Amino acid sequence: MASAREIRRRIKSVKNTGKITKAMELVSASKMRRAQRNVLATRPYADRLYDVMGELTMRSMGGSSKHPLLQPHPTVTRVALILITPDRGLCGALNSNLTRAAARFITDQKSQGRSVSVIAVGKKGRDFILRAGQKLDSEIIGLGDAPPLVDVLPAATTAINGYSPDANGNYAYDEVYLLCAEFVNTLVQRPKLRRFLPVEAPGNAGATKVDYSYEPSQEDVLDQLLPRFIEVQLYQAILESIASEHSARMMAMRNANDNAKELVRDLTLTYNKARQAAITTEISEIAAGATALNQ
Amino acid sequence: MPLQLEIVTAERVVLSEEVDMVSAPSYEGRVGILPRHEPLLTVLQPGELHYVKNGVSMPYAISGGFMEVLPNRVTILADTAERADEIDEARAEQARAKAEQAVRDRQGAVDVAQAEIALRRATVRLQVAKLRRNRQQ
Repeated sequence: MASAREIRRRIKSVKNTGKITKAMELVSASKMRRAQRNVLATRPYADRLYDVMGELTMRSMGGSSKHPLLQPHPTVTRVALILITPDRGLCGALNSNLTRAAARFITDQKSQGRSVSVIAVGKKGRDFILRAGQKLDSEIIGLGDAPPLVDVLPAATTAINGYSPDANGNYAYDEVYLLCAEFVNTLVQRPKLRRFLPVEAPGNAGATKVDYSYEPSQEDVLDQLLPRFIEVQLYQAILESIASEHSARMMAMRNANDNAKELVRDLTLTYNKARQAAITTEISEIAAGATALNQ
Repeated sequence: MPLQLEIVTAERVVLSEEVDMVSAPSYEGRVGILPRHEPLLTVLQPGELHYVKNGVSMPYAISGGFMEVLPNRVTILADTAERADEIDEARAEQARAKAEQAVRDRQGAVDVAQAEIALRRATVRLQVAKLRRNRQQ
């Protein structure tokens, strides 16, 4: 059995770690609430945009003016993956779940003879892709807890430009997918993979059936609106990931806290036993000494 | 009949208010919107947007976006929107200089695209702030 002093030192160090994890839990809890608020704040913009887009695509569906971003490519050989991860660790299994899902996606696509390039948002995802030796086309790191829209635009621009034909009519990407941490609730966050480009044209559910006049023209408005719609979708996904990150970290820290408390309890018991044993030994030694003197 | 004006950016709802008149920098020039306007969907240019309520005009700096007009409602989907009196001119000037520098340096296409957006926004903010100051003098 370890000496009483060693155990006391151990208890102290566990308690200190517990204090740190407790603080991290509280910080994450408040950051999570703010991140959730940010996600909700983008809804009005995204919803209006969605309605207007539904209206526009429905009207231009019949015509020949199908926008290139709505049009699937005839053959798919090059795929891009936008991988949204946290910048930091200490958030439970979130990062490894995301990277595992990314790895599965890449293997799956490659088995179909497609090449995959990655657009990484977040340090953990980027590091994973580099470590795995996969193709990295673009990266955004250090977004912080409440990034403004302009900070996430480069990733959307890379995806849109890659999907649109270049000067020679070639495409860098035939399809773009998005992998991010879906915020189910405070306890559950899971990787969610969905197709990002071509854009799924909203059905007529969102249409308001108003006969607008358009300035400059219907096509031009759609031309400008679609990239914006894509950007906002990406923005929402990133904000949702940030909320997921913080709630995952909060839960991880709460578990760490509980573990620390349990450890302290066990160690305290061991410490008391050791102390008791030491006292018992001392008393019996004194008693033995006294008996020896009396004889 | 009042006009319900909403200015929404991707980050938040900037304004939601009943107003008498809206004037916006549309694609083909400045348009004034009064109640019972015909339904209109237009691209907005970077510039000054203002609304009039009870005879008082309130300017906003908009860096592009869309405007949807219905007979009793105007929705502005702005890239960015700031109230003119919230703009810190010194800071906007700094941001503009920084963005200009970044555009000139040209390090990577992504950085330049971002810098150009920043430059455009900073320029509009400065214009609106100056307009407002001139009007007050």
